[in-house]
Amino acid sequence: MDFSTFLIQLLNSVQYGFLLFLVASGLTLVFGIMGIINLAHGAFYMFGAYVVWWLVGYTGSLTLSILLGVPLIMVLGYAIERLAIARLYQRDHLYQVLLTYGLILILNECQKIFWGSNFYSVPIPGPLSGSIPLTENQVYPVYRVFISIVCMLLAAGMYLLIQKTRLGMTIRAGASNREMVQALGIDISRVFAIVFSLGAALAGFAGMIGAPISSVYPGMGDQILIISFVVVVIGGIGSIKGAFIGAMLIGLADTFGKVLVPDFASMAVYATMALILLWRPQGLFGQTVH
Amino acid sequence: MKKIPEQGVSRRDLLKGAAAATGLAAVSSVVPYRFAIGAQAPVKVGILLPYSGTYAMLGNSITDAMKMRIAAAGDMLGGRPVEYVAIDSEMSVPKAPQNTSKLVDKDQVDFLVGPVHSGIAAAMAKIVGARKSPIMVVPNAGANGVTGGLCAPNIFRTSFSNWQPAYPGGTVMAKDGHKTCVTIAWKYAAGREMMDAGADAFTKAGGKVIKDIEVPFPDVEFQAYLSEIAALKPDAVFAFFSGGGATKFIKDYAAAGLKSIPLYGPGFLTEGVEAAAGEAAEGIRTTLHYSADLASPGNVVFRGAYEKATGRSANVFAVQGYDAGSLIVQAMAAVKGDTGATADLIKAMEMADFSDSPRGPWKMSKAHNPVQNIYLREVRSGAQKYLSVAAESLEDPATGCKMA
Repeated sequence: MDFSTFLIQLLNSVQYGFLLFLVASGLTLVFGIMGIINLAHGAFYMFGAYVVWWLVGYTGSLTLSILLGVPLIMVLGYAIERLAIARLYQRDHLYQVLLTYGLILILNECQKIFWGSNFYSVPIPGPLSGSIPLTENQVYPVYRVFISIVCMLLAAGMYLLIQKTRLGMTIRAGASNREMVQALGIDISRVFAIVFSLGAALAGFAGMIGAPISSVYPGMGDQILIISFVVVVIGGIGSIKGAFIGAMLIGLADTFGKVLVPDFASMAVYATMALILLWRPQGLFGQTVH
Repeated sequence: MKKIPEQGVSRRDLLKGAAAATGLAAVSSVVPYRFAIGAQAPVKVGILLPYSGTYAMLGNSITDAMKMRIAAAGDMLGGRPVEYVAIDSEMSVPKAPQNTSKLVDKDQVDFLVGPVHSGIAAAMAKIVGARKSPIMVVPNAGANGVTGGLCAPNIFRTSFSNWQPAYPGGTVMAKDGHKTCVTIAWKYAAGREMMDAGADAFTKAGGKVIKDIEVPFPDVEFQAYLSEIAALKPDAVFAFFSGGGATKFIKDYAAAGLKSIPLYGPGFLTEGVEAAAGEAAEGIRTTLHYSADLASPGNVVFRGAYEKATGRSANVFAVQGYDAGSLIVQAMAAVKGDTGATADLIKAMEMADFSDSPRGPWKMSKAHNPVQNIYLREVRSGAQKYLSVAAESLEDPATGCKMA
């Protein structure tokens, strides 16, 4: 591998890492703060992609469709939290796993009923459809660069929200000591509903903004779910910073695994996870389990 | 936490509703038979196809077309009504033996139609071939072994062997003047067999495969591989992906600026993805046993009927399902509905007439795989354009089959 190829593969890794972060950040938020193992996270991602495809069919604009679509997914997330998830906070993780697994089945079925089982594609918006030349015969789509920038902004936004705002403070407090926050007169169940719908919206948004490059097809959520869990576990449960670093590491492991050890490409990601967990069982930025 | 009040609908109400609904369904399904005193028991057709995930579209196309063919015969098989038992294969190879024995042992189906996935096909063929019943009809999965090493009198295929559409593709690529190529496919049975066949033909015609890339199935993150292809600068790329993965591959390939390297492959690469892949699919040349624009009367009639019945355009998977239905209808008519006459039934299936199949005339080989034309197609203005016959009446070598 010469140096320019190496740089291009590095670019591929980082770009894939950003995409993963977008999905994994919502998962780690819900997982870490609410203690809910949300297997339906991938289904929200898939729903986001289908919703945006469906809306683009009416509006013709990706931006407008995302602006309309994100609140839709938020409402869906809020409703699911109120109607189902909220009843299981006191229960064991197993109940939550069963519930959210059931939600996958229901959401997949809804997708089939609403939109059928065909695969679709969403056009890249005109101004972003260009490409940047890399070598004499390879170019890089501007839209992929755009996604990376959006992810960076979003990561910064989430950091500010969690660390600097009152809502963020309540969320962090609720995560570490739920009873105490309630005793202080804060309606923690409402906060949790907001967090859950935020998490769903993040997954949905990832599906929407990724739709033009990923295409829209049944089962797309299941694939991304597994890799997102890997990212969350590597980064440390509940840590947004960890999810970011974890996503980048997985992006690197996946891309270079494919190029350098093609026969073990599918294992590269899991080998990386195993190594990191051997070194730090709680993940890179995880709190020690209490 | 506040206590959650009881909901308006009690468990008893729900049960009552469910009972009423079942009762209604039972009545409506019983009524038609009340008048047909002495009518024969229905012929059970078990279906094991994917209805969820990346390949759901394939499962639906096959099922709809097969049911359409059987409905055209009055929904009767050899004078007996037909009953379908369908299971979603979920594209899961580990679940294949369990799903197969559910259909074979519990439901006791007379015909077993499926699957889409080559790995599942091998698992099913092992079970069904060893028991010598029921009759298995493969409407897609191309695993060479199903009509090769695992071939059996009660296993038939109405689709293709992985070797069939891929081998002529390698020849075409060399004929177009390309000297070097990179092969890229998902790392599972179908991908491996197709790449081997294509590479074999390409090498025999004087070409050289400079790299063979295997993508973990069903991974769709292709960027790293595309950069690698750009660095290798082959004359052409020979690829196999299918469904949503194919759409993404074709779009990523074009977005990476690789359109200057022509893309070839077995027809599945572009089958049913033309609309979703759009501009990116233009100019891709593939070889397959079907092309949507074939002018044969059988094809025109079939496409019209399928679109009317389902509201969708027919694709190769629908053609395979349609011929699976046709095979069962013809054979059951020949034995007058007597599923017990296994030897006669198998003989009738071997002799079944497919002279007006949508894909053009074909017949069963001794190994029970279609002997069929392979067509060269190119995507032009978002549709498959038939160019020529790449291989006429091509028969799979059926390596390892004792019946061939």
